[in-house]
This record gives sequence, C-alpha cells and structure tokens, in this order.
Amino acid sequence: MISIFIKRLLLAIPVLLAVASLTFFLVKLAPGGPFDADKAVSPQVLKNLNEAYNLNASEWEQYVAYMSGILQGDFGPSFRFPGRSVSEMIATGLPVTFELAFYAILIALLIGVSSGVLAALKRNTYLDFIPMAIAMIGICVPTFLMGPLLVLIFGINLEILPVSGWGQLPGDKILPSITLGFAYAAYIARLSRGGMLEVLNQDFIRTARAKGLTEKNVVIKHAMQGGLIPVVSFLGPAIAGLLAGSFVVETIFQIPGLGRFYVEAAFNRDYTMILGTTIFFSAMIVFFNLLSDLAAMWLNPRSRDNS
Amino acid sequence: MKHLITLFTIAFLIGCSSSTSPVDDGLENQIFHFGNGSEPQGIDPHIVTGVPEHHILISLCEGLTIPNAFGDGNLPGAAESWQISDDGKEYIFNLRQNGKWSNGDELTAADFVWSWKRILTASLGSQYPDMLYYLVGASEYHTGLIDDFNKVGVKAIDKYTLKVTLKAPTPFFIGMLSHYSTWPVHKDTVLKHGSIDDRNGEWTRPGNFVCNGAFNLKSWELNNRIVVEKNPNYWDSSSVRLNQIHYYPVSNVMTEDRMFRAGQLHVTSTLPSQKCPVYIEENNPDLRIDPYMGTYFYRLNTNNPVLKDVRVRKALAYAIDRKLLVEKVTKCGQIPAYSFTPPGSNGYQPDTSIPFDPDLAKELLNDAGYSEENSFPKLEILFNTNEDHRKVALAIQQMWQQNLGITVELVNQDWKVYLSREMVGDFQVSRAGWIGDYEDPNTFLDLMRPNRGNNKTGWENADYDSLLAKANSTNNQGERYRLLNEAENILIDNMPIIPLYTYVRNYQLSSDVKGYNPHILDHHHPKFIYLERD
Repeated sequence: MISIFIKRLLLAIPVLLAVASLTFFLVKLAPGGPFDADKAVSPQVLKNLNEAYNLNASEWEQYVAYMSGILQGDFGPSFRFPGRSVSEMIATGLPVTFELAFYAILIALLIGVSSGVLAALKRNTYLDFIPMAIAMIGICVPTFLMGPLLVLIFGINLEILPVSGWGQLPGDKILPSITLGFAYAAYIARLSRGGMLEVLNQDFIRTARAKGLTEKNVVIKHAMQGGLIPVVSFLGPAIAGLLAGSFVVETIFQIPGLGRFYVEAAFNRDYTMILGTTIFFSAMIVFFNLLSDLAAMWLNPRSRDNS
Repeated sequence: MKHLITLFTIAFLIGCSSSTSPVDDGLENQIFHFGNGSEPQGIDPHIVTGVPEHHILISLCEGLTIPNAFGDGNLPGAAESWQISDDGKEYIFNLRQNGKWSNGDELTAADFVWSWKRILTASLGSQYPDMLYYLVGASEYHTGLIDDFNKVGVKAIDKYTLKVTLKAPTPFFIGMLSHYSTWPVHKDTVLKHGSIDDRNGEWTRPGNFVCNGAFNLKSWELNNRIVVEKNPNYWDSSSVRLNQIHYYPVSNVMTEDRMFRAGQLHVTSTLPSQKCPVYIEENNPDLRIDPYMGTYFYRLNTNNPVLKDVRVRKALAYAIDRKLLVEKVTKCGQIPAYSFTPPGSNGYQPDTSIPFDPDLAKELLNDAGYSEENSFPKLEILFNTNEDHRKVALAIQQMWQQNLGITVELVNQDWKVYLSREMVGDFQVSRAGWIGDYEDPNTFLDLMRPNRGNNKTGWENADYDSLLAKANSTNNQGERYRLLNEAENILIDNMPIIPLYTYVRNYQLSSDVKGYNPHILDHHHPKFIYLERD
C-alpha cells in the first residue's frame, strides 16, 4: 500500500506541472488584462504597471520565471491586491474553506449514512420512501436556492441564526454548513442505501445472522464495512469538490474562504491568483482522490489484491 | 466518533443561543456596521482606485480639504485655511499646527510634498497621477521629461505652509483635494517597509499603517471584515463620536440586503434593483434615494461606417423615451438625462435638450440614406453581463425597433472582455457609466476631449477642445460655466454618446444612523456620523 501511495504521489508531479503550464497559457489567452478598468489608465501608466509585474517580458520568459518561482514555493504577488502574495491569500482562505468543508462533510455523513442505512434496512416502508424522497429533493435543489431559503426561515423570520459571517456571531457557521452538507448528504444517502442493499443480500450476512449475531452487530460490523465502500469512493472527489466548489455558499453567507478568491480572480484576470488557486485545488483533488482510493482498498480486500 | 458528534452538537446548540444583533450592539458602543460592496484592493491611497477603498480611506486619512457633509463645496481638512492668488494659479495652504499622524508624529507641509512626489513617481504605477497634472511640471515629472522634483509646483514654505503652483487657474482644484489620490502618506512608515515606488510594501498592514485620519486601522481579515477605531491623535478627535467602524466586503447584493434586514448592517452599499420598486411601494423608511453625480449613457463608435454619420447618431438618440425608461425599467428614482454632465453639478445647469421624437428620428435616418429599399444594417449593443444592463438594453432595443424599424442585437460579455472590446473600438454601441471624481462639470466634459483614454468613441472636435481649454484657463466661474455649456451643446449636437439617465444613490440606512447626509459624490466623512435611536 505504501508503494502505491508513493507511486501515485510521484505521478501527481507531472500532472500538476501540466495543469500549471496549461493554465498559465490559457489565462493569457483570455481577452482583457488585470489592469483594464472602467476608468482607463494612460498608456504610460499601463507600461509602468506591466513593468512592475514583469508583464512586459516575453510569454516564455514570464513562464520560466513563474515556474521557477512555484518550484520554490513562491506563487508571486496578487495583481488585484497590491501588497498581498498569492501564498498568503491561499493561507488565509484555506483554513476557513477547510473548516466549512469539514462541517459540511460531517453533516453529510451523519445524515446521509444514517438515513441510507435505515432506508436499506426498512426497504419499501415509509422509513425508506421518506428519507429517499428528501434525498432526491436535496440532490435537485441547488445550494443557491437552499441557502437563501434557510436564511429566510431561520435568520429573518425566526431570528434564531445569523444570516451571514464566519466566526463573528454565535451560530453563524450553522446555516452555511447545513446548506453545503445537505446536497452531499443526499448523494451519500442514496449511495449508502444502494451499497447496503447489495451487501445485505449476500451469503456472509445470512451466515452471520444464522450464527445468531444480533442485528446491530450484523449491520454495523459486517454489512456496513462493505455497504459503505461506494460512499468512501465518493468522499475523495466530494471533499475536493467541497473545497473548490464552495464559492456559492461562501458568497451567499459572506464567508472569507478560498472559493471566492478563486472565482473572483478569474473575473479580475488576477493571473497569479488564478494560477496559484488552480494549482492548489488540483493538488487537493489529486490528494483526496488518492486518499479515498486507499481507504476503499483498505475496506475492500479484493480491490487491494487487484492493485 | 461519539465524542466528536457530542462536541459538534454542543457547538451547534451554543450557536443557537440568542444574542443581540450587531446593529443594537453597535448603538450601545458606537460601532458602525458598514456594507462595503467588495474586498478593497488595498488602502494605499496612491495605489487603489475604487469606491470601497474610498469608504475606508476617508476614515483613515485626510487630505487638505474634506467633503462638506452639510452642502456643496469642501471644508478645511488637514489645511486650516488657504489663499488663492488673483490669477487663480497659486494656492497657499496653512496646515493645522495640531495636525498629527496616528503615531503621534507631526503632520507637516513636507509630508504633502513627499506624498505628491510619490504618486508622480512613474515606477509606482499609480493609476491616478493625472489628478495632479494641473500642477506646474507634474505631468513632465511623471512622464520623465524632467527628473528634478523641485521643478514641480509644490513646495513646503515652512513647516505648516504649503505652496502649490498650477499651470492654469483650476477652479475645481480645491474640490479635487478631497480625492484620496492627493492625500498624504507617512514617509517613514512607507520607507520602513519598502521604497518610494514599492507597490507591494507592507506598510498598509494593521500594526504598520500610519495615516492622519479620524480613525486607525485595527484589523483586516481578508474578504471578511476591516475594523477601524477612533484615532486619539486626530486633530478633531473630540468631534468624532463613533468608536469603531466595521467594513464588510459583501459583494452579493442579496446577501447584503438580508444582512441589513437581520440587523447585521447599519448601511448597505447598494440595493438589489428588483427590490427598489417594492421598497418604494412599501414606504420602507430605511430606503434612501440620494442625488448622485453620475450618468448612464451609451457610447457610439464614430469610426463605425454606419455611426460616423451624425444624423444616424441623432436618430438613435431621439428615438429613446428616457422618461419611460426610468419609470418602467430602472424604477428607482433615476432621472432622465438630456446632457452628459448631471444638472446642478456645483451650480452648473446645462441647457441642452434631446427630444423624444420618433418622427424626427425617422426623418434623420431617411436623410442619412436609409429607407425601406436601403434598410439600416443590424446594430449591436455591447454591455457587460449584468441583469440591470440587460433590462435597459432590451428596452432600447425595443424602442429602436419600434420607432426606427431597425434590428438590434444584444451582446453581453464578461467585464474584462467588454472593457477590452471597448478599448480597441470593437463595438458599435456600448453601455457606459461615469461617476464624477470631483464636484465640477470638468470631470465629465474632460472625458470627451481628444486623446482621452476614456473617450473610446473616436469622436474629436477642435471647437469642443478649445472651449474646454478656454474654460479651464479663466478664473471667472460664470464665464467658465458659459463656455462649458457651449461645449456641452457641441457634444450633444454631435452625439458621440447618448445620455440615458442620471444616477441616484440607492441604498438602505438604519434610522439609528445620524449625520450620514446625502452627498453628490457619496462622500461621507465619518467624523459627522454617529448612532442614536429616536
């Protein structure tokens, strides 16, 4: 398993380099530049600005300078926010995004796994239909609708929770975590139900029951280990998606996470920031996919043997 | 896992406990919660360019003059008084002897000289050096024609006397001094964290930042909140009643609206446009619609084969019902515009008119050679992606189709793509807006002079140019406005731009906030603001 881990990590290096190179040239292809503004700057000022950020050099020279910078861990200065480095901005937004993703995934797992397992155990009863119907709603309702809806109910009408912020007012982390977690809970519920149904019909579960094990033991110790493999495989991309895709929730709830930097950098043509966040998120996706593959292998001896 | 779940549940339950809203808490502690639109680029007054930055800087730094919260014009700021020579070219500013930086250092005339040298240093890459181009030698120094700053028209006569020499009488110069690009920066602090032309110096960070305004920078959490607190070293600190201002960079207007409704903000930066008519109908006491020195207009590319004919441009302008546009489309107190400069800007009243006359418009189009046989080619309106711009464009499209029988296509582009297309002249008609930098018609009319980067229409007119030059070399305000009005008439007669409506400032303001008076440039000095419940 360790050798697989190392091999996959080494494979990630060329992937990330390719992502960095491709992004570098793609952002330059986009029309407009970082210093275009409603009040146009004079050619003299533009020249000075380009000089200050090495944009007067040839594309190739800029590429070499940038790549040698990132190899030393320097993502360069942000064009949009003078005086801020991209690394610093990633470091500022990352803990918030991680925390939000952590709460969201925890909520998703708690709700998703419990309702999915329950639905599988009580197949074709109300305890199956109701959670699965809610899960379907969760999958269908986008976060940009769910967020404002929850805010309207709990923040404005009932006045029991703040409508925005992160760590400023008591309870301000609840609604964003639920909004983000709910969509994933729905997927997890359906995946766990499917996985559990498959496992519950297998011979080893029948054997366990025949041997007189309690239903609780059968479900928790035997069925869930196999039944939740699809969920574990889903978690890797899900966490990466939560990190990179929390932009909508961050905007709705005014959360100072990395997702907002990422999307706004693209609008602002903040070249270094686009590159920095893209490379960072790519690394996260590679890493979490690897972790989830390893976890799935650990849970499922067959796939371990195949590897 | 069990412990984790318990912990998580406890955290949630604690979170649910009730607490007072920030607005109520703010009232008690004089903490002003301010919705500030977007994350500021920074707080270096010589680098930044936007409105959110201005809101923060006006509390942190102070120029020679400050905006008048109670009417037109400017009030003394860092300068206690000033004298202007008879020819209008020489200004003597008397600085306050009790003027201090936030670290307690004395604020002197030399600080202004150094600060103005900094913004005129080309390698700093400031985007507003032209605000000082009215000074003798300033543009020459900035463009490298001279390298001796002593030749620039700003001198420290003594510790508290600043002498400024202008190229020509510039009656709006005092007004320009309330623009942040002319404000001072603390030399020792800037140099401690970098050189004079360092854009990325860390002197603007909390703990490092030093300036001369009514407030000090306390903390800055990116994309979250900026907190400023009362500066005891400010020369007029006894007048400052607020203890803190919290600035929130809320870029989503709906989120900002919800924050206001939930008592998390005292003031919003703007208003969701679809909510404005609803709030007007409901008589929402928090809704504010204030006058604003800005014009929403369409640029016409005069280099385009179709639009280079002034008759076509006029036909397009005369086929628009502006009254209908503001009453049925924008619906939030906007005023139909019949001139480029908003009427009443510092007492200036342009007498131009743009009739809504579909028959005349059709006739003009016929005169230009377009008829049923030779139909008018398809026209394209370019605008940046935004629902409000789309609504206006749809209305104009409808009016042109109905009144002139021409086919109009709407093209929306991402902000930067839209800007770059405008810049290279790759458009026929494009939507635009302009907000005055200072309280004078020149901030609008100067835009349309030849070789101005923001003209973008390709239109040039020698008479217009010379009238503006003449107006800006006279010291007689009445004569000056007469000349500017004449220039404005040329502009409207040539129609390289089609004014549509004059902006208003729409926002929500808590009734607890006092002293936040309407201001044509939307400048609100925080020393006049306080919180009190009726």
